[in-house]
Amino acid sequence: MSIFIDEQTRVVVQGIGSQGTFHARRNQDYGTKVVAGTHPRKGGTVWEELDRPVYATVAEAVEHEGANTSLVMVPAPFTKDAILEAHDAGISTIVAVTEGVPVLDMTDVYDTVVRRGGTRLIGPNCPGLISPGKSNVGIIPADIPSPGRVGLVSRSGTLTYQIMHELAQADIGISTCVGIGGDPVIGTQFLDVIQAFAADPDTDAIAFVGEIGGSEEQKAGEWIRDNIPDTPVVGYIAGYEAPAGKQMGHAGAIVKEGGPGGESAAEKKEILEGMGIAVAMNPSEAAQLMIARLG
Amino acid sequence: MDLVEYQGKQLFGRNDVPVPAPGAVCRTVEEVRAAAEELGPVTVVKAQVKTGGRGKAGGVKVATSVDEAVAHAQDIFGLDIKGHIVNVIYVEPASDIAEEYYLSIMHDRVNKGVLVIASREGGVDIEEVNRTRPDAVVKQVLLPSETTDGLPTDMARDIMTRANFPDDVLDQAADLLTHLFAAMRNEDATLLEINPLVKTGDGRVIALDSKVTLDDNAAFRHDNYEEWQVEGLDNDDPLEARAKEQGIQYVKLDGTVGVLGNGAGLVMATLDVVAQAGGKAANFLDIGGGASADVMAQSLSLVLSDPDVASVFVNVFGGITRGEDVANGILEACDRLGDFPQKLVVRLDGTNAEQGRAILTEAAHPSVIPAATMADAAEKAVELATA
Repeated sequence: MSIFIDEQTRVVVQGIGSQGTFHARRNQDYGTKVVAGTHPRKGGTVWEELDRPVYATVAEAVEHEGANTSLVMVPAPFTKDAILEAHDAGISTIVAVTEGVPVLDMTDVYDTVVRRGGTRLIGPNCPGLISPGKSNVGIIPADIPSPGRVGLVSRSGTLTYQIMHELAQADIGISTCVGIGGDPVIGTQFLDVIQAFAADPDTDAIAFVGEIGGSEEQKAGEWIRDNIPDTPVVGYIAGYEAPAGKQMGHAGAIVKEGGPGGESAAEKKEILEGMGIAVAMNPSEAAQLMIARLG
Repeated sequence: MDLVEYQGKQLFGRNDVPVPAPGAVCRTVEEVRAAAEELGPVTVVKAQVKTGGRGKAGGVKVATSVDEAVAHAQDIFGLDIKGHIVNVIYVEPASDIAEEYYLSIMHDRVNKGVLVIASREGGVDIEEVNRTRPDAVVKQVLLPSETTDGLPTDMARDIMTRANFPDDVLDQAADLLTHLFAAMRNEDATLLEINPLVKTGDGRVIALDSKVTLDDNAAFRHDNYEEWQVEGLDNDDPLEARAKEQGIQYVKLDGTVGVLGNGAGLVMATLDVVAQAGGKAANFLDIGGGASADVMAQSLSLVLSDPDVASVFVNVFGGITRGEDVANGILEACDRLGDFPQKLVVRLDGTNAEQGRAILTEAAHPSVIPAATMADAAEKAVELATA
């Protein structure tokens, strides 16, 4: 098994411009069932690069193609409406890759789609997710991981690729890799993914990559300590050297000056280690810790 | 983007949040003199910087005469407040303060909503009040579904009542809160803080200070967003200012190893391994997806122009962009930049990394040293920086 996406995943792509088409095509080449694209003014045409139909709305893609997952690749100003549209159309998993969505848009979206709507939303500002050998939805380079039994969850894209790559070199495969995104308000948190991995019979171990800012890693750590103490879990928190008050690339990667505390990498490491979770000082060490735990 | 006090008050004013009578924005002592003559006899001379603790640092002073205002201006211009040099002063007619309160609204990351904080105790460090007397501080989380039509009056009244605001100002304070809440939506603010919120001698409730942060991601839906970007208010490092203009994600740090890589997480990790190798990064720079020669050249040029940079660590993980393309991009960028004294330690990993490294080795560019792992590269870069 895997989590969130598998052979049953049928993807509708919202945003079929050059970027959306480029990545959707890669997803399709990997074997992902990309069933349709949407464009408000191109309904009824053919998405030639993928040889799939284009519909004006997500609802039509659900009705005619059985789409159950959406990949949101529209520009930031349109992302809120795109996610709400997918939710209204009954899509069960929405993957929002788009970066730079206003934070108030995301609080609205979170309230409607996730908190009250119960739909799975991954992202925004995320690379998407891959269940190796089954499905790839988003922009993760599919040739890095092979199928396996380690679940990986991360706030960072390239850092995820790095750790997958190091695990792959040690012949350790991945059940599902989920990039949850680097924004302050995201649909799916560390804890949601870790709970799903815990419930997945084909995931035996969990690696997570956190960052400075917020406190979601701690929340996940508490749950791991209380519920799955025997599952091998290793982590890495990026940004030991990041100064307070400076945003490090990702909108969510900032240690608030005079804030509540617990937002720096060193503090997160200390808190998580206090919960019995191994936390590495760099990505290679995280991979090594996982290799050692599985060896 | 953070606003300074006078900008925050402009923003309050246009959203019907009461503020003192308008003052004057001054860049010279002469302008302060003219403002004091017009607005006096009693004025407040206030440093306009994007940091807290202005009062403690001597950046806010009351003047009872024009001469006093001028003397204060002479002290305050050029003052260094937590690394922010004062270039702009706001002169405001002094308000007659009877009582001081605290009120703020901010984006709440934990609850994914909006957090209102209100206290009858104002003009002081609210974190301190919260620590010592948490009962004196009311915190209320509001979710979008509860406030689709703005903040209901009864909810605002309830918050102010629980915060112990005196009966005689309750209606005004609640009304102000609903307007402040609307301002957050209207302006895409992530923080609106009023400390102190005051009751004047004649019983009006007004925002005596302002602290405002706007969401840059929402700039596209605000006309004239750039008007907040006023010369002299941002004490950005010159390299950070240049990066901002070029749209590069760059943060100046205080070490000697220049760092650039693709992906915020990977670059943060790069800073970490440089420190673990015994060095210190001079900057954070995320070149983003891909690694075209254009982006590489622009980014390298920025990093190399930092006089503190003694060596550079280029850390690229080839995902969709293949190792060969990354390697060629780096070589082309180096050629375009011409001669520079620092060496680049280049670590390539990921898709077709071996082919990429082979290209670098074969090219034998005098400035480029290939490395296989992050740890190797960090060690080499630190060694070069300390040699």
